[in-house]
Amino acid sequence: MKKYFSFFRLRFAMGLQYRAAALAGIVTQFAWGFMEIMVFHGFYRADASAFPMSFSATVSYVWLQQAFLALSAVWMLENEIFDSIVDGNIAYELCRPINIYNMWYSRNTANRLSRAVLRCFPVLLVAALVPAPYGMNGPASAGHFVLFLITLLLGLAVTVSFNMLIYMLTFFTISPQGLRIFFMSTMEFFSGAVIPLPFFPDKLRQVMELLPFASMQNVALRVYSGSMNGGEMRRAVFLQVFWLIVVTGAGKLLCRVAEKRITVQGG
Amino acid sequence: MEKMWKAVGLYMRYVSINVRCVMQYKTSFVLTVVGQFLVSFTVFLGIFFMFQRFPQVEGFTYSEVLLCFSVMLLEFSLAEMFARGFDAFSGMVRKGEFDRILVRPRNEILQVLGSKFELTRIGRMAQAVVMFVYGIAESEVRWSFSKVLTVLFMLIGGTAVFTGLFMIYAALCFFTLDGLEFMNVFTDGAREYGKYPIGIYGKKMLLFTTFIIPYALVQYYPLLYVLGRRTERIFMFLPLLACWFLLPAGILWKFGVRHYKSSGS
Amino acid sequence: MIAMEHVCKSYRIAKRNAGFGEACKSFFHRKYEVIQALDDVSFTIGDGEMVGYIGPNGAGKSSTIKILSGILTPDSGDVFVDGRIPYKNRIRHVREIGVVFGQRSQLWWDVPVIDSFELLKDIYSIPQFEYKESLEELTELLNLGELLRSPARQLSLGQRMRCEIAASLLHRPRILFLDEPTIGLDAVSKLAVREFILRQNRIHKTTVILTTHDMQDIEALASRILLIGKGKILMDGTLEDIRKGGDNIDETVAELYRSLDI
Repeated sequence: MKKYFSFFRLRFAMGLQYRAAALAGIVTQFAWGFMEIMVFHGFYRADASAFPMSFSATVSYVWLQQAFLALSAVWMLENEIFDSIVDGNIAYELCRPINIYNMWYSRNTANRLSRAVLRCFPVLLVAALVPAPYGMNGPASAGHFVLFLITLLLGLAVTVSFNMLIYMLTFFTISPQGLRIFFMSTMEFFSGAVIPLPFFPDKLRQVMELLPFASMQNVALRVYSGSMNGGEMRRAVFLQVFWLIVVTGAGKLLCRVAEKRITVQGG
Repeated sequence: MEKMWKAVGLYMRYVSINVRCVMQYKTSFVLTVVGQFLVSFTVFLGIFFMFQRFPQVEGFTYSEVLLCFSVMLLEFSLAEMFARGFDAFSGMVRKGEFDRILVRPRNEILQVLGSKFELTRIGRMAQAVVMFVYGIAESEVRWSFSKVLTVLFMLIGGTAVFTGLFMIYAALCFFTLDGLEFMNVFTDGAREYGKYPIGIYGKKMLLFTTFIIPYALVQYYPLLYVLGRRTERIFMFLPLLACWFLLPAGILWKFGVRHYKSSGS
Repeated sequence: MIAMEHVCKSYRIAKRNAGFGEACKSFFHRKYEVIQALDDVSFTIGDGEMVGYIGPNGAGKSSTIKILSGILTPDSGDVFVDGRIPYKNRIRHVREIGVVFGQRSQLWWDVPVIDSFELLKDIYSIPQFEYKESLEELTELLNLGELLRSPARQLSLGQRMRCEIAASLLHRPRILFLDEPTIGLDAVSKLAVREFILRQNRIHKTTVILTTHDMQDIEALASRILLIGKGKILMDGTLEDIRKGGDNIDETVAELYRSLDI
């Protein structure tokens, strides 16, 4: 555990070094959030009654999504890992007495956490200062807030597990880039990054909420403003844990097959 | 004039060598094209499902939004295809490849443009064309010669604006390589949020995109003309006016090159 | 003729001490350090000379090459190459020079080498007959034959370097800058490259400026040596001047670097 903590510190220090990048990230996130809210506002004015959740809950959803983008954005993959798989340098990693899956998993998590910690507070602070109805609201209750944090971290875990799955599949494909784009776009769509899941037609939404992709960002962002009821929340958390186990298991399995392949074929 | 044709000839050579490189990896090329198609397809699905729920947005109907989005997407893909060299310029600076460009007796801009011709963007274009045709079929636009011309002007102006933005990004790479993420707001952000007519983002946004970065000149105003909401001829020619955006971008680029030559890497 | 007179060049780089606290501190306040890359450098090189430019890493070798090839503008001082100021009229200047960066490639990775050459022909506007003549000569001397039809990515380092050198000479430059041309090459390729450079200098009277860490390159090629350290020219002489110390050239040079404290 200490190993991972010092690794996290290192990543965090690296993140601090690129202060311009951090600042630029904050500006970007803020601009995107603002545009997104304006779009929803346009639709809201067209037909307020067709809105599946309250406007203020939607606004909070968007701001949180931007603030914690680094935790749930599926596209935040590490090129170094892809490169090492494609050019065969992975063979050197296998020589070391470590578990590849666990190492990459902690590395991805550390990267995402350090980025999120650096960027979330300024975005949240500014979003909270924006005048109503475009500003961010407080959580529905203290309980909701605690559950929000838990589901956010669970979502991070599921997202990283999915990333791992993509890395592992790279071992078995001839076109990593094609594979990557395909996964990215599908996962973004089903996770609610394009439009939040409640905005989909009901029947489709019910199916989408059962899929593993809904466990990434959808749950936490909706728990915060209380737009899920008790039963829904319990089910959502259960699904998060369930999918975390399944996706991680699948990734580990693929990892083992890939390792065997490398040692047999020599890379 | 002869010089101009020579430059065009050289550019075509660059394009041909780029295409031959890509064709070395046909499977990868096809999959990436399909991927590009998919990426913008999910954005389309987003619009589709929003309009399942809402009849219109600030007075624009589904088919009108599709027209707007498809033209924007086409402009962006064209710019990405031709000006990818600028869009991917940070890599060029990082690897020191710009030195090579400076020791060759040709215009730097031409060489950077030639360094990368991104054929895979035809995937996105295909998506844009399909939506465009669908948008035309569904909307009640009465097409006339001047409206067709307006769409053409939009494509020219829009491609110029995006190319200018890529150039600004590249020019900034000469000064710093980190922190340029904010440029995404103007490029990817415009592609992403330009799917809806800019008018829906409010007055201030409209002012900004009229006078600072002229998206509205290539998107909102000519769209109003095409949809028949405004009939003034000036709306038709505004996209061409937006091409002037390349001027400050070019100046900044020159400035960047000068800085590079005085600071090195 | 190449002339550098009192040329100075400095860079500014960000600096930070190690440690987590320092990382946080530099997030808000950054310190810069000025590095003097070239400090009052003057020399002249005549037409048709072959000069070896040596010095430890970071001594200012590549800054000099960059200034002479028009990539970099000096802070002060005068630079003339055949009467031209490299950084003033870049396009006119670079027509007349060839540059080989040993660590970077100018060939297109995925297409046959000959395609890259054809593109260079257009870039330099080389007339057809002249191109054909150059290509034939270079193909023969560098033994390129079959290589021209393979993609650059399939070539060995030595084969690729031969192609790189040919690529830099297609337009028949009067001056050739070679930045570590033999780095990483096997013995056979090294010898081939050296022999070719010698010939090029003898037959075409090409002025050659060569930076290298390989003292055997210097032994084989350079009649004159410029030694640079910490941005200053410390020695301008012949191999014999360096040799005085002993027989083993590497040890002698190392000893020289140490005694000059560079």
